[in-house]
Amino acid sequence: MNEWLDPLLLSRWQFGLTTIYHFLFVPLTIGMALTVAIFQTAWVRTDKSKYLQLTHFFGKIFLINFAMGVVTGIVQEFQFGMNWSDYSRFVGDVFGAPLAFEGILAFFLEATFIGLWIFGWNKLPKKIHLATIWLTAIGTITSAYFILAANAFMQNPVAYTMNVEKGRAELTSIGELLTNPIVLASFPHTIFACFMVSAGLIISVAAWHLARNQHFDTMRPALKFGMWMMIIAGALTTLSGDQLSLIMTEVQPMKMASAEAMYVTATGANASFSIFTLGTPDGVSELFSVRIPYLLSFLSTHTLDGTVEGINNLQAQYVDAYGPGDYTPTIWVTYWSFRWMIGLGLAHMLVAVAGLFFTRKAAAKPARPWMWKVAIWSFPMSLLAMSVGWTFTEMGRQPWLVFGLMRTQDGVSPGVTAVEILISLIVFTLLYGILAVVEFKLILKAVQKGPDDAPVPDAESGEVKQIVTVY
Amino acid sequence: MDLTILWFWIIAAMFIGYFVLDGFDFGVGMSLPFLGKDDTDRRVLINTIGPVWDLNETWVIVAGASLFAAFPEWYATMFSGFYLALLLILVALILRGVSFEYRHQRPESSWKKWFDGMIIVGSAVPALLWGVAFANVVRGVKLDVNHDYIGTFFDLLNPYALLGGLTTLLLFFVHGVVFVSLKTEGDIRLRARKLATKAGVVTIVVAASFLVWTTLAYGTLASTIFAALAAVALIASFVANLRGAEMLAFGLMAVTIGLAVLTLFGSLFPDVMPASNDPANSLTIANASSSAYTLGVMSWTALIGMPVILLYQGWTYWVFRKRIGRAHIEVAVH
Repeated sequence: MNEWLDPLLLSRWQFGLTTIYHFLFVPLTIGMALTVAIFQTAWVRTDKSKYLQLTHFFGKIFLINFAMGVVTGIVQEFQFGMNWSDYSRFVGDVFGAPLAFEGILAFFLEATFIGLWIFGWNKLPKKIHLATIWLTAIGTITSAYFILAANAFMQNPVAYTMNVEKGRAELTSIGELLTNPIVLASFPHTIFACFMVSAGLIISVAAWHLARNQHFDTMRPALKFGMWMMIIAGALTTLSGDQLSLIMTEVQPMKMASAEAMYVTATGANASFSIFTLGTPDGVSELFSVRIPYLLSFLSTHTLDGTVEGINNLQAQYVDAYGPGDYTPTIWVTYWSFRWMIGLGLAHMLVAVAGLFFTRKAAAKPARPWMWKVAIWSFPMSLLAMSVGWTFTEMGRQPWLVFGLMRTQDGVSPGVTAVEILISLIVFTLLYGILAVVEFKLILKAVQKGPDDAPVPDAESGEVKQIVTVY
Repeated sequence: MDLTILWFWIIAAMFIGYFVLDGFDFGVGMSLPFLGKDDTDRRVLINTIGPVWDLNETWVIVAGASLFAAFPEWYATMFSGFYLALLLILVALILRGVSFEYRHQRPESSWKKWFDGMIIVGSAVPALLWGVAFANVVRGVKLDVNHDYIGTFFDLLNPYALLGGLTTLLLFFVHGVVFVSLKTEGDIRLRARKLATKAGVVTIVVAASFLVWTTLAYGTLASTIFAALAAVALIASFVANLRGAEMLAFGLMAVTIGLAVLTLFGSLFPDVMPASNDPANSLTIANASSSAYTLGVMSWTALIGMPVILLYQGWTYWVFRKRIGRAHIEVAVH
């Protein structure tokens, strides 16, 4: 049999592909639900038409994106059983509960109230209609919590006992499972990063219009809002990310070591953070690097004289604990994804801070053209930061599926053939590829069209005509 | 009551919720070529389910997640065993879901035609394959000692399962068409009633054959009663539709679908996935379920969550209770 026709390898590619793809839409859904809710609240409170225009404009972009998040999410849930049946058997007792919670407590909320929001414009009283978008936003955020709690179990298994007879992990405390130290840090980290992505979208869209001197009345407040949101969400993402790396160093030291591609245990000044490294392709020896002393020590332990364990040391420890095997993630992936995540995140905040400075006067005079050109990249780059962040955290978990309990190779479905998985991988790749093009074009078209004109009150009744939404 | 048995019936209830609700979405989707004479008609049809298709579809996510949490072995065996069938369902659901959102984004009729096609196929494929899948579960499949499916995709396409698939396809079709008659006004409402009558005759014949086959081959006392009641409800719905009692006809279709699902679950009990090759390899409620603690936690969540969910979903249907006609589409902007 061909080497690449391997169920494990194909299932991993499929899971990676579909998950990364799903998580292009989800951050925007989470971030935009809140953003649209804020715009609509501003409209309800102030009655200024620019906020209504912004609500509709970003609401439209939100909805084009929303459907993709929903339909690709079903794939995620089915895939555990389809491709990872032994994993599902092993963890179902623990891992299934937060997924079911997500469905019952969060996803129903989101799916129901989004329908009410889209079609309820002229059917519901103003404030009730406003409540529907808030409930949608709360649904998206709650949903993320349960999914991250499930994921946290894979990173740092807690609240379980091994049932040897049944060969599975069993839940011992739902409270402990939902307060896994990993989820307490990864939840704010992920949510605020989602807000960065939607702030990135707003900045990009506003910059595009302002660079063309159009829609000044709506796009300028949008730009300001986006930049403030980026700075606040960025600061909170950084703080929670810092917390996450502390806990990660404690419970998954190998992930931290592989984030830094650090083979030898280091202390204090030697525990440096490299901004850039050129090494031999296997990563074992280094040719050139730019380093900040003490920084890694600080990130991992919050002290300057902390000790950060190296890969070689950890590998030896794991062999002692779990038997012979390779316990090291793919270093070039973890090393570079970690850097790109941090670098892109910080770059956005910088763009937002600079942007606020350069547009601080309410003058109609546009900023210099190159500034708009930089700002337009906010959205794609923040989305990329999100993707590489997840790539880091999931690749850094390897070779474990559930850290210390089950290896990825042991979780794959034994009954599904490589040919079947190859078929599904090809189908998903083609389908997702085509939909990505359609989706991108539709969003681009909606963005370029810009907000509709301000609604004019009816001459006789004085009422502002409400929007009627239909498919 | 033993929690494992309680959860067996809760899973049944969740699939009933899914099939009753997304069932009429599938039916509306499949009715496009029959009732949608022009673009305005087709938009009327799509808008009958516009505000609710997403919440209806969410039932499958909740049913799947609950299956995962309450019966991990069942979830693992069924989803990996029916791999290609589920792939087809997923692709269909993706195409259908995005089509609702994408269809109205451009005015060109060639653009709309694409998405109409995808809505039709995306509705028909899951309507057929869910029936095929559940009929196979009832019939039993080849399982090894680790409960892994050892048959092939084509083993799933046996006559009994195909009849099961045809049954769900037709039940959902009629359910959707009756829903159209309930939710629209004008000419399309009358055409929907007529179509429901025509399709109803075929559906009664096919569904009755499937229920009889199920009862004779796999029936228990409970499933026999459910099957008989399902047949009665289906015929009563047919009569109600003939008399123009749209709400009653629709309600009875929902009851029919619920009873049909109960027939299948009643036939299964106390197995959840019988092994056709060796009964010793069968998955049962006892050997497929989660621990008592997990089921306890899940029970409390469902007990608190589900009434609230039913309340706000019911309210949603009430908000969108008005009939839709061509006039609504023609004045609307999008």
